[in-house]
Amino acid sequence: MSSSVATAAHRGHQHPVAAEVHHHFHHQHQFDSAEQQYEASTLGMWIFLVTEIMFFGGVFTAYVQYRTAFPEGFGHASNHLDLTLGAFNTAVLIASSLTMALAVHASQLGKRGRLVMYLLLTMALGSVFLGVKAFEYAHKFHEHLVPGPHFQFPEPHARAAQIFFSLYFAMTGLHALHMVIGIGIMVVLTVQAARGRFGHNYHTPIEISGLYWHFVDIIWIFLFPLLYLIHRHV
Amino acid sequence: MDAEPKQNYLNADYGMLSWLLTKDHKRIAILYLVSISVMFALGGVFALLIRLELLTPGPDLMSSDMYNRTFTTHGIIMVFFFLIPSIPAVLGNFLIPLMIGARDLAFPRINLLSWYIYILGATTSMIAIMVSGIDTGWTFYTPYSTSSSTTAVVPVAVGVFITGFSSILTGLNFLVTIHRMRAPGLTWFRLPLFVWAHYATSIIMILGTPVVAITILLVGMERALHLGIFDPALGGDPLLFQHLFWFYSHPAVYIMILPPMGVISELVTAFTRKRIFGYSFVAISSLAIAFLGFLVWAHHMFVTGLSIYAALIFSFLSFFVAIPSAVKVFNWTATLYKGSVSFEAPMLYAMGFIGLFTIGGLTGLFLASLGTDVHLTDTYFIVAHFHYVMVGGAIMGYLGGIHFWWPKITGRMYPEVPARVAALLVFIGFNLTFFPQFVLGYLGMPRRYHFYVDEFQVLNVMSTAGASILGLGYLLPAFYLVWSLYKGPVAGPNPWRAYGLEWQTSSPPPTENFETTPVVTHEAYDYEAFDFEAVRPQEV
Repeated sequence: MSSSVATAAHRGHQHPVAAEVHHHFHHQHQFDSAEQQYEASTLGMWIFLVTEIMFFGGVFTAYVQYRTAFPEGFGHASNHLDLTLGAFNTAVLIASSLTMALAVHASQLGKRGRLVMYLLLTMALGSVFLGVKAFEYAHKFHEHLVPGPHFQFPEPHARAAQIFFSLYFAMTGLHALHMVIGIGIMVVLTVQAARGRFGHNYHTPIEISGLYWHFVDIIWIFLFPLLYLIHRHV
Repeated sequence: MDAEPKQNYLNADYGMLSWLLTKDHKRIAILYLVSISVMFALGGVFALLIRLELLTPGPDLMSSDMYNRTFTTHGIIMVFFFLIPSIPAVLGNFLIPLMIGARDLAFPRINLLSWYIYILGATTSMIAIMVSGIDTGWTFYTPYSTSSSTTAVVPVAVGVFITGFSSILTGLNFLVTIHRMRAPGLTWFRLPLFVWAHYATSIIMILGTPVVAITILLVGMERALHLGIFDPALGGDPLLFQHLFWFYSHPAVYIMILPPMGVISELVTAFTRKRIFGYSFVAISSLAIAFLGFLVWAHHMFVTGLSIYAALIFSFLSFFVAIPSAVKVFNWTATLYKGSVSFEAPMLYAMGFIGLFTIGGLTGLFLASLGTDVHLTDTYFIVAHFHYVMVGGAIMGYLGGIHFWWPKITGRMYPEVPARVAALLVFIGFNLTFFPQFVLGYLGMPRRYHFYVDEFQVLNVMSTAGASILGLGYLLPAFYLVWSLYKGPVAGPNPWRAYGLEWQTSSPPPTENFETTPVVTHEAYDYEAFDFEAVRPQEV
């Protein structure tokens, strides 16, 4: 071995942060310390969210393109969305972000009962959102506003409106899919939390799932004005 | 020769399941190596079918429909299932933790997951291709792909979509690993350039791939649910598809070429026994390529009726990419100057890369110029250009890297003489295949047709002859590399006397890579000091 590269004692396992961790938590073998594992996991989630932004960026680009091409048609089409339900859902989602933040806080303090409660609340609010969304979708079916052979819209805006509703279903559908995945993750976390997997010195999964949930929330914060609010009464 | 280490990652565990459930980055690299080799062979068969058909001016081997499916299948397999994963998933996976002195990637389970996602995506596409084929070209251009083609566009696209996530997860894993898991003393500007190249590649993977994913998803929805996003009959805009597609697929070219550039930096220094010329310029040029690569996509669309002002800007920016690429080529060449150059097989591939990539890159400038592009678009010139970059560049770099690190991966040396013969065959076969295509394209032979005028036959026969030599050059390593697993001489930890942490551990390395975590005290490629240390004991 070359002397240009010296060696040091094996890092980790005796690291002070690792030493005070719960008896049932050991950081994974590739990491030197619990701290390093926490930093890596958090960075991983942020990078994943960057890819999510680019993913939604594609549909947002399509939206901007067609909104510019058919400003009138989009205005008429967006009149057919229910502003009250949209606003209600926005409030529900923001509330769920609050409960999620409280869940992260509870996990940092190591309060198991409160953590479980806030996770359940977040899931409940998420489900309310999806329920309202399903109701809205059903309404669109009845009004023949689902793109395809049965699509009906008064001329001269039928084609633009069909593109609007194509984008509406693509964007809100993808968003809803992300919510379903988020709720699925939270079911697992709730079970683990109830069994006491998380303590004040290990709560990484709760934190990074929280990041994901807030991200899904923010996507809606952009979708709501783009689809429901802009130029409603053209 | 040193004996093989008793305990290593290859014999740490036995049985099929120990491979299929492994979380060891080195074993996952082997899983990828086997699967992408299968895809490379498949893609190669389709390439040979294309060349056979083009031996004569008329259709004799297949119908037009069949020809469309053949070149589409060749493109889809080679781009999405071979080139994009090739170096990152095999060599990057194997080497990045070793090069930075880590025990594994940051997320080993996600690493294994990415392989399964790749297999799922590849299987989906391959089954669809076998059952009904696809004839859209690898670019899936709308509106043909969404409203006219009767082939299995959606299932094949779904396979590509799925595989994209494997790419995203690999990039994510590399980024976090390089950020958070470097050995003590391994500062950013001491990193091997291979790691810098993969850092830049990973950025493109995480920023570009999701965009093509959403694009393919929209194509799928349009076909399945009759949405009108890209179909002009429903008010949609087919050009939007091309914008979104090339926003990923142009940077994807750099996903394919940056990793081999990283390989070349390692090879050139090891076989000249010199520090790389202008380390920080080579490192930063990778990032510059990744950044500029996102700003040039519309140079694929100059003849689509794009606004002339947009075209001007995209042309201008495309010329800019030549700067960091040239920085690399000049710095490798400057590294050779007054070095103790030796020409083992990996170095032959490296020299091949430098020459062929230069031709591939410079002919790219013809296509970035608005005037010449109109003449050359959709001709064999463009086919020759991107094969000089993809095959002459990327695959040369891949093979050079496989040979260079083969002793580290397997613990055995490959046989040098057949390896040099194979490298020469690849170089000669490659040039004979693709150089005539530049001429053909310039003379006006369009791509994607299996009819051509009789005057073009001589050049096409040359190209087909070259393809068979090239095929032979690719087959040879398959044989002697497998042979070396059983009969090759034991390599020892550092058969090349190369610099870098991966050579400080045994070959094959133990499961946790290092006995003790290394501490880095020198910059990369400090061969002068390294060779001085090696001879000092005799002098004293």
